[in-house]
Amino acid sequence: MTAVRLSGVSCVFDAGGKPVRAVDGVDLAIEAGEFFTLLGPSGSGKTTCLRMIGGFQMPSAGAILIDGEDVSRRPPFQRPVNTVFQDYALFPHMTIAENVAYGLMVRGVDKATRTKRAAELLDLVRLPGIGERRPMQLSGGQRQRVALARALINEPKVLLLDEPLGALDLKLREQMQGELKRLQRQLGITFVFVTHDQHEALSMSDRIGVFNLGRLEQVATPAELYSRPRTRFVAEFVGSANVLHGEIARRHGGAAAVMIRPELVRVGGAADARASGTLAEVQYFGAYWRLGVDLAGGERLIADLPVATHAEAPPPGTTLHLHWPDGAVHVIGDGGAA
Amino acid sequence: MTTLPATLGDRVSAALVTRKGLLLGLLLGPPLLWFGVVYLGSLLSLLAHAFFRLDDFSGQIVYELGLSNFREIFTPANLDVALRTTVMALAVTLACTVIGFPLAYYMARHARGGTKALLYVAVMLPLWSSYLVRLYAWKLLLAKEGAISWAAQALHVQGLLDLLLAVPVIGGNSLSFSPLGTFIVFVYMWLPFMILPIQAAIERIPRSLLEASGDLGASPRQTFRRVILPLAMPGVAAGSIFTFSLTLGDYIIPQVIGNSTLYIGQVVYRQQGVAGNLPFAAAFALVPIVVIVAYLAFAKRKGAFDAL
Repeated sequence: MTAVRLSGVSCVFDAGGKPVRAVDGVDLAIEAGEFFTLLGPSGSGKTTCLRMIGGFQMPSAGAILIDGEDVSRRPPFQRPVNTVFQDYALFPHMTIAENVAYGLMVRGVDKATRTKRAAELLDLVRLPGIGERRPMQLSGGQRQRVALARALINEPKVLLLDEPLGALDLKLREQMQGELKRLQRQLGITFVFVTHDQHEALSMSDRIGVFNLGRLEQVATPAELYSRPRTRFVAEFVGSANVLHGEIARRHGGAAAVMIRPELVRVGGAADARASGTLAEVQYFGAYWRLGVDLAGGERLIADLPVATHAEAPPPGTTLHLHWPDGAVHVIGDGGAA
Repeated sequence: MTTLPATLGDRVSAALVTRKGLLLGLLLGPPLLWFGVVYLGSLLSLLAHAFFRLDDFSGQIVYELGLSNFREIFTPANLDVALRTTVMALAVTLACTVIGFPLAYYMARHARGGTKALLYVAVMLPLWSSYLVRLYAWKLLLAKEGAISWAAQALHVQGLLDLLLAVPVIGGNSLSFSPLGTFIVFVYMWLPFMILPIQAAIERIPRSLLEASGDLGASPRQTFRRVILPLAMPGVAAGSIFTFSLTLGDYIIPQVIGNSTLYIGQVVYRQQGVAGNLPFAAAFALVPIVVIVAYLAFAKRKGAFDAL
C-alpha cells in the first residue's frame, strides 16, 4: 500500500524575478507504515518536498496523492497528515494540555474527551502530568515531545517531521532518535522524516531518498545506499567515500569512476597489494586513524585504520601497501561527475 | 607575556568590565534620576494638590489635607463630564481597534517590500504635521459647507447625513458642531497609535504557529480566533491604552469640534488656568488615571496579557 505518492512534482520559487526550481520533477512512492527519510544538504529541496506533502506549499507541477487521494490542491487542514515543526511551533498562550488537544478542539470534540486524550498522548511521549504548564516552562527536549504528542492526537495516516531533532544537543538527539523509532513501530504510522544528518538517516530509516539540487538522486534502504550508491553525490554525502577515476577504476571493467569505503581498506604487505602509495596525512578520530595515502597515479586514497588493531599510526612518509576484499569496490553509475 | 602600560582609557574600560555595578549605575543613574524626580515627583505633587483646596475668598491655595475636591467631582455636572469623556474614550478605542486591526493585519502578514513601506509612511504621515493644522483642516472638512457635506450632496445622500445629525446625543447642527464630529476627529488623530502596536504584535507571531494550527485541522477562521487574535491582544491592549488615555486627556479637539459640551481635559485646563483652582484641577486629573487603572484591570481579567 502506498501512503504518499509524488508524481512529477516540481516547485518553482520566484527569487527576485528569477525562477528557482526548488524541487524538480520528483517521483516517489512511500509505503504505508514505512519510516522514510528525505536526506540532503540545505537547499536541496527536501524540506520543500515535505511542505508540499503537508500542504504549506503548492506544487507548480505534478500531483501529490495521500492514501490514493489527490490532495495537490487541498489546504493543510483538509489533509490526513500532521507535522512536527522544526521550531516545534507550540502555542505560547495555551497550556501544554491545550496545545496537545488543539487538533481535537478545532474539530469540535467535547472537553472531557479532549482532556483524556491529551493525557494519554502525554503518557505516550513519556511526559505525564505536565499538562498545566506552559511551553515557555519546558526544555527543548520536552517541547519536542509535546510537539510530537500534538501532531499525533488526530491519528494521522502520515506524520511529517521537519528536522525535528536539529535543535537538540547530541545526547538528547540520540535518545530522541530511539524514541521516535519506538513510537513509529508502536503506532504503525508512516513517518516522513527530513534531515541533513546522514547518521540520523542511516540509523532510523527503512528507506532513504537522497536529494540534491531539487532532484531525487537515489531511493534505497540504508544498507544499499551506503554500499551501492548510484551517483558520486550519494557516495560522498552518505558516509565517507574514496571516489577514484584512475587505474583502479580502469581495472573494474574500464569504469569511469569507482568507490571504496575507507573502513574497507587495510594496510598490509607488498605481496598481492591492490595499490601502494605514500602516507601523506594522519588524523585521529578516537575509534580509528584516518590515513591519507597518495597513490602513484596522483590520487589520494583515504583508509580508516581501527585503533583496536593499530595502537599507533605509521609515521607520514611511509610507503603503505593497501588491500581490500573483493566486492569492496563499487562502480558508480553516473561516471562520478562531480 | 608582556604587560602593556595601562592608559587611563584602558583602566576605565577595565573598571567598567570588571565592576558590573558601576556600569549599571552609570547607565541607569541619569534616566532613573529623571524618572524619579521629574516624572514621578510631578505626579506625586499632583496627587498631593488634589487634597488641598482653594480659598474662595482670597484665591490662595490652602495647604490642608481634605476631600472637598473629590466631593465636588461627584456633583452631577462634573460626573456628567467624566462619564461623557469615558464613553467617548471607549467609543474611540473601539472604532480604532475595528478600523486598525485589519490594516495592521494586512501590513504584518501580507504586505511586502514597497507596499509595506508605503503603508508605514501612510500610517505615520499624519504624525509628521502639526496636530492643530490637522484639527482645523477637519473643522473645514466637517463644516456645514465643507467637503463632506458637499460630497454627500453630490452623491445624493444628504438625507442620510441629515438623519445622522438628527440623532439625539451624538447629532448636532453640522458634523463640526456635533459629538459625532468630535468622535470622527478623535478616531482620526489616534488611529496610528492603535495600528502600530497591533502590527508589531502580529508580526511577532511565527509563521509556523499559523501553519501548525492549519496542520492540526483548524480552518483559517479558527486559526484567526484561536491563535492570531489571542497573540495580537497585547498589541490591541497597548494600542487601546494610547487611544483611551489620549482621548481622556485631550482638551483641544472637543474645544474646536463639537457642541461645546465639556470633556475632562477641558475642565482641568479651565480650572488650573482661568479659575486658578489648581487643587480641583489636580483632583479632576486623577479621574482619567482611575479610569485607566480600572480599564487595565478589566483587560487583564479578560486575558489580554496572557500571551505576554
